[in-house]
Amino acid sequence: MASKNFSKTKQIGVVGIGSFGATIANMLAEKNQVIVYARKSEVVDEINSRHQAQGRNLNPMIKATDEPGEICEACEVLFFMVPSSGFQEVARKFAPFLHPYHLVIHGTKGLCLNLPPGQTLDTVKKLRRSQLLTMSEVIQQETVAVRVGCLAGPNLSTELSQGQPAATVVASKFNEVILEGQRLLRSDRFQVYGNSDIIGVELSGVLKNIIAIAAGALAGLGLGENAKGLLISRGMVEMVHLSNALGGSVKSVIGLAGIGDLVATCNSENSRNFTVGYRLAKGETLEQIQADMEEVAEGINTVKIIKAFLETADLRAPITENLYRVLFEDLEIEEALQFLMKYPFNVDVNFV
Amino acid sequence: MEEKYIKHRYEPILPSKNEWPVVKLARERKDFIKQVSEKSQDRILSLINKNPELLKEELETTLYREKLRIKQNPWAVDPDDEQEFWGKVKSSLLQVNSDTKLGKNARLQAYQEILKKITTRYSEEIASNFKHQHYKFTRSVVTFGFSRLLNAARVKGFRSIFSNQFTLQDKIQITGETDQLRDLATKGTVVMVPTHFSNLDSILIGWIISVLGLPPFIYGAGLNLFNISIFAYFMNALGAYKVDRRKKNLMYLETLKTYSKEAIQFGCHSLFFPGGTRSRSGMIESKLKLGLLSTAIEAQRNNFQDEQNEISGKIFIVPVTINYHFVLEAPSLIRDHLSITGQERYYKENDEFSTSYKISKFLFKFFTKGSDISVSVGRAMDVLGNYVDQDGKSLDKHGRIIDTRDYFMSNGKITVDQQREEEYTHMLGRRIVEEFHKINRVFSSHLVAFTAFELIQAKNQKLDLFDLIRLPEEEIFLPFEEFKSACQVVYDRILALRAEGQIKIAPHMKRSMDEIITHGLDNVGMYHAKRPLLRNQSGDIVTEDMSLLYFYHNRLHGYGLEKLF
Repeated sequence: MASKNFSKTKQIGVVGIGSFGATIANMLAEKNQVIVYARKSEVVDEINSRHQAQGRNLNPMIKATDEPGEICEACEVLFFMVPSSGFQEVARKFAPFLHPYHLVIHGTKGLCLNLPPGQTLDTVKKLRRSQLLTMSEVIQQETVAVRVGCLAGPNLSTELSQGQPAATVVASKFNEVILEGQRLLRSDRFQVYGNSDIIGVELSGVLKNIIAIAAGALAGLGLGENAKGLLISRGMVEMVHLSNALGGSVKSVIGLAGIGDLVATCNSENSRNFTVGYRLAKGETLEQIQADMEEVAEGINTVKIIKAFLETADLRAPITENLYRVLFEDLEIEEALQFLMKYPFNVDVNFV
Repeated sequence: MEEKYIKHRYEPILPSKNEWPVVKLARERKDFIKQVSEKSQDRILSLINKNPELLKEELETTLYREKLRIKQNPWAVDPDDEQEFWGKVKSSLLQVNSDTKLGKNARLQAYQEILKKITTRYSEEIASNFKHQHYKFTRSVVTFGFSRLLNAARVKGFRSIFSNQFTLQDKIQITGETDQLRDLATKGTVVMVPTHFSNLDSILIGWIISVLGLPPFIYGAGLNLFNISIFAYFMNALGAYKVDRRKKNLMYLETLKTYSKEAIQFGCHSLFFPGGTRSRSGMIESKLKLGLLSTAIEAQRNNFQDEQNEISGKIFIVPVTINYHFVLEAPSLIRDHLSITGQERYYKENDEFSTSYKISKFLFKFFTKGSDISVSVGRAMDVLGNYVDQDGKSLDKHGRIIDTRDYFMSNGKITVDQQREEEYTHMLGRRIVEEFHKINRVFSSHLVAFTAFELIQAKNQKLDLFDLIRLPEEEIFLPFEEFKSACQVVYDRILALRAEGQIKIAPHMKRSMDEIITHGLDNVGMYHAKRPLLRNQSGDIVTEDMSLLYFYHNRLHGYGLEKLF
């Protein structure tokens, strides 16, 4: 058992303590008491005794536990910072302890599948909208928490932890969730915007990872800024159409969580997704890259899911489709680029 | 067992009428109206931040619209002193406006006086006029009259008029969670939300409520129905309060919502048609009118604020679907729908329910010829759409007991957050639609109408809906074998959906496909002058009215069955 002496004052919970989770936990700890949930007891001990999580420094005030019941009991507001691959499992684990009064805000930029038991993406091949879930949909499907929000925006953990100025979007259908998110996170280095289109904001964060991989690939090929400008703008158009088809609004893609995050990730070697593309272009295989990455690059899984969704949607998404072939069908990046250059785009902007 | 129809009459859950909430409410009518009026004033004042200028503006808008309505759209049911009342409002408004000596507070006071007069008048107007004698009389007329008619028609011979061989319950089948409904109605407050296809629905539901032994429910009925004397009598007797759709001003709407909310808090079981009006297209309602629904959520929150945390303070939402082979108003409903969606060139006003004579004629036809109706009662939910157990406790998806109160909590106490409750209302609306689809019962007539229309559409893929409906009926025919195999495909899919708990089917759907088709063709829209679907002499399936066929086809909209074609 982890330490039991949590005080009675209001505490904030952070579930998952990867790089982004640790950064958010530190930011929250500036103004509040924070409890962190980690699955592994070694990590819990590391946090409680040495104030570090897998080598990252944590605010000494932060306590840790491996008991979902304990953190749900102590906190009304929980930040879910777990990768999409483990999200459903964590949500299920927390379900028995969550109540309708809990506010849950997540910061995961990925998608989950909603398939009958025994089915996987490889067996179904095609996905309808109802078969894929954003993280807020996972929370609502698995738990009774309804006041759900998400964090998205250009928030590279390394820069945030250095205290550089940045901004984020808290999206929720509930004003109170947005206000609470702003109250907890806002500081003179961190600006927090609100948006009621939670699905659109989540999708912006999810879809931009696809374009980030492509941007990494362009950089890896040694191409310059013209190519990047082209990619970002065409990438945004593709994001708009995909997001629309999945139930998000155009507006959110143009905002901080969409274009803002896109520009940041497409220029950053700190981004995992960017790195995947970069190393691919340098000639490594996907297995090699994944083997030595510390945390998952959500974009890889997203490409796969969106490709399967495109099979049922009446929509073309050339960047995603070609990236899929590069990642999973051994298409050479140069060939994919050739293909894209010949692709008959003829209208610059066709969504406003 | 879901297939078993309820054939017996239940014992009343509250034997003494004096315990009926609606009777209590009628007894305290005067105080209740006063309370509604006061609470509405409070709401309006808080909406406009107690700003005298804003209040003045609202008063003037209301006055203007009411005068316009009186002039342009008078109804038989309108009281005679309307002119006079609004004339007085006008002069008092003028008086306050021109009195320059009044300070800000005094001015607000003066406007508030006028507001009070208006909300009191509206509350009076809305309030139901339940009289137990009338209720008893109506109930016996409906049951006695109907079953006499039924027996006279079905059992031949002189004595038939006194035969009891058939009862109304042979005709109108009630299935579903009736025991739970009865049980919860004794413990908490029930808000029933049925689908709405026909003007008959309110009387039908009223009758069902009494068969189930429940005390009368109150419900909002369109004031237009009170124009027809026969309806007015029935409605009043069944505890209806009046909703005037002509009045769209803030003061009226707030008073109406307050009335509904206060009545629920009073413990009156209520009935909302959440579609707001009859479904024009024949589809199960998918967009609900959320105004009245929000009052259920508000009432629940108020009960929690008053520390009524026991089951007695709990509000249960019970979805109900009504399934017909035949909707009398179908021709005019679908015409409305098509002209609203924009493209049909002609538009003819024609309300089959316009006279008492026509209604009686329909009722006679209905009860003598036989067209079954089934009513399925869904599982009760809390105001957030969670199912509840036998003790009325809310359950999450995994069956864990949760506290509805927690939905209204923040920082450890109940808080009032309008935006939050709006969002909850949307969620509840979506849950109700979901439940409607689950408890909807497929009839043979729905199956044949759906299949035929989809087949015709598949054969004319280049036509849009409106061109399709304008196709000359003589040119449309479907070879029987093709039709039958398509029916089988749809039927199989329906069975698969049923296995997943997504839909229900009527017992007659368990016969052979030939029998189902015959039954369906015999029943689909059976009393219309032009039949939506027939078999001609060479055995092909033909239609006499495409728009009616479209109407009956729509009943199976929303299950993704279209993809089979």
